[in-house]
Amino acid sequence: MSVLAYLIPISLILGSVGLAAFFYTVRSNQYDDPEGDSRRILNDEWDDKPKP
Amino acid sequence: MTAQLRPSLAACPACVAAPHGGAEQAPTEARLALSLPGIHCQACISTVERELNAHPGIHSARVNLTLKRALIEAEPDVRAADLIPVLERAGFEAHELDLAALAATQNDKAGRDLLMRLAVAFFASMNVMLLSVSVWSGASDATRDMFHWISAAITFPAIIFSAQPFFANAWSALRVRRLNMDVPIVLALVLALVTSLWETFLSGEHAYFDAALTLTFFLLAGRYLDYRTRAVARSAAEELAALEVPRAIRLLDGDEYEVPVADLGIGDLILVRPGGRMPVDGEIVSGRSELDRSLLTGETLPVFAEPGLAVSAGEVNLTGPLTIRATAVGEDTSLHRMTDLVAIAESGRSRYTSLADSAAKLYAPGVHILSALAFAGWYLYTFDIRTALNIAAAVLIITCPCALGLAVPAVTTAASGRLFKKGMLIKHATALERLAEVDTVVFDKTGTLTAGTPEVTNLGNHARADLEIALALAEGSSHPLSVALSRAARAAGIKPAAVQDITEVPGYGAEGLYRGARVRLGRAAWIGAAQGSQTAAWLDGGAGAAKPFLFTDALRPGAAEAVQALKEAGKDVLLISGDTVGAVEDLAVRLGISKWVAEALPADKSARVQLLTDQGQKVLMVGDGLNDTAALAAAHVSISPASALDAARVASDIVLLGQDLEPIAEACGVAQKATRRIRENFRIATLYNVIAVPLAIAGLATPLIAALAMSTSSITVSLNALRLR
Repeated sequence: MSVLAYLIPISLILGSVGLAAFFYTVRSNQYDDPEGDSRRILNDEWDDKPKP
Repeated sequence: MTAQLRPSLAACPACVAAPHGGAEQAPTEARLALSLPGIHCQACISTVERELNAHPGIHSARVNLTLKRALIEAEPDVRAADLIPVLERAGFEAHELDLAALAATQNDKAGRDLLMRLAVAFFASMNVMLLSVSVWSGASDATRDMFHWISAAITFPAIIFSAQPFFANAWSALRVRRLNMDVPIVLALVLALVTSLWETFLSGEHAYFDAALTLTFFLLAGRYLDYRTRAVARSAAEELAALEVPRAIRLLDGDEYEVPVADLGIGDLILVRPGGRMPVDGEIVSGRSELDRSLLTGETLPVFAEPGLAVSAGEVNLTGPLTIRATAVGEDTSLHRMTDLVAIAESGRSRYTSLADSAAKLYAPGVHILSALAFAGWYLYTFDIRTALNIAAAVLIITCPCALGLAVPAVTTAASGRLFKKGMLIKHATALERLAEVDTVVFDKTGTLTAGTPEVTNLGNHARADLEIALALAEGSSHPLSVALSRAARAAGIKPAAVQDITEVPGYGAEGLYRGARVRLGRAAWIGAAQGSQTAAWLDGGAGAAKPFLFTDALRPGAAEAVQALKEAGKDVLLISGDTVGAVEDLAVRLGISKWVAEALPADKSARVQLLTDQGQKVLMVGDGLNDTAALAAAHVSISPASALDAARVASDIVLLGQDLEPIAEACGVAQKATRRIRENFRIATLYNVIAVPLAIAGLATPLIAALAMSTSSITVSLNALRLR
């Protein structure tokens, strides 16, 4: 059972990484335009080089 | 659908997305917003952004497809009026938005907060649930204790952060010695945490950490749904207000300056062009014209305007340019004074208790008494405070209003989403419940049942020669009656006569020379005829008596269908208007409305609505004008079209976004269905309680049973709500 000493902290850390990532997306306005973002990804305008 | 329901979180998406265009110019930068109702695809986004970014003076432009808006940062001298033609050339309809009016939805802190709390509750409850599953499936002794301790370490900070809204609400209710839904929630959470911690300390078997967290998560989900529905309505309502950019032309030493209405002061000279709306109350200094007062009084007949006449904010100038001297600005204008009347009328409405509140009133004391009885009973039976406390906590957890918390928001979200697609904006939280009870519908006439555009009714009564002269004179004018007359005459195949020297006399009509004689088309008094009760333009054809062209208001699309459907649904339909008897009677007959009132003052309207309410009827008021505002606020529930004055839209619970009135009848049906679902949900939640509570009181409830009962009841309730779509 000593494996639990590793597994539980690992699972908690991985979970909090996900939670932190979600916090980051909310704080950086990434849910403002879900419809537009889902279509912008289809845009081939900046495929060759990144937008300056 | 989910995409549409997102609240606008954008403080300024363009700033985030486009770091170039720089902070160094920040103080000399203007921010503009355009509404783009026509955009719908990826190609639209790139075209609009390319066109705007190519325009000189623009630093950056970014389109938000969800809100159908473009946010632009540009040099301070770039005006939205310059950009609109650019986009129209590219094939997109564009309107300027007033950024100040949008400010409230842009920094949506409350929604963000709620979302974060929801995320934390979800994360914590999933982790604790995993630990609990191993406990339920047989972990024992030291392993179980360790799992319980880890659960406690996760649960305490998570609950303290996530459940703050409930703590705050419960505290504010308790402070005024009242009970609300949040009091039993908080009691259950606290009791569950305390007993679980105690049990863990004593190496006990049952800990309710997972239940406390799941409870918080489900309840927060209900709150968030509720919040989001309202945020969408609020943002759409603000967009309507932002579309009317309040600008006025101030005259200073003979020069014209365009200024925001908020900057106007008493005594300023303001130029109002034909077609423009009076920005402030004032007095006409120079110019002659006609005024359309229909939004304020409901009268369709234009009023003659000359120097000395007092004008009120909201009236529309029809024919000639007018210069007015401001006598009251901002909060003092008659438009704003009307809000007092609204405030009085609204105090009556706050008496409505929502279904959720009445459920809470029954439920909250019941739960407390039940759990206290369980505690007392078990304590007297075993004299073991630990067992008694455990059972009391189990009773509270199992009865906790998880499903009750979801029952209402899940249904209103589904129903509001469905009505939003039909073009109806539900602004008020309890508007749907109130709409379901409606048995009497009161319509306003001008601008509500009618579209506000006149139609000629007696074109056939005139000789062809007269029509030709009338058409020639009418085509030279932009007056709504002239426009309607020339459209109707053209449609009938009339060619204009060769009338020479046509001049428009602002405020009176148009005149010209035809075969040596003077011909005129205009107001009755100017032509020398008697003013009738109906809207009319008179023609003096050079010979013989003056001939009237009579007009009625064109019906709004769907008006007849809406009235018909409401009558078929067994509702009483009334028409109350500030217009003249003739015009109102005519419309009432056309639509088959048997009860109508004409020449009603604003106070009459609200008094009549009040009278109906006192007779025990639930009144739905549909109106658009300033004269309807008090009645809208006094009615049980109210609807106004998007074309209504801002004050009327604010006073009403539901805003109709399109031109069509037809959705009103359907909305009543959807509202009734929604209320039925809410009641069903309450019944489902009660059923779960009836099954689970005896188990809890008998001491047979384990944390596993609590978790199952909670999840299944919440999911059933949500699924039942989704059937409404």
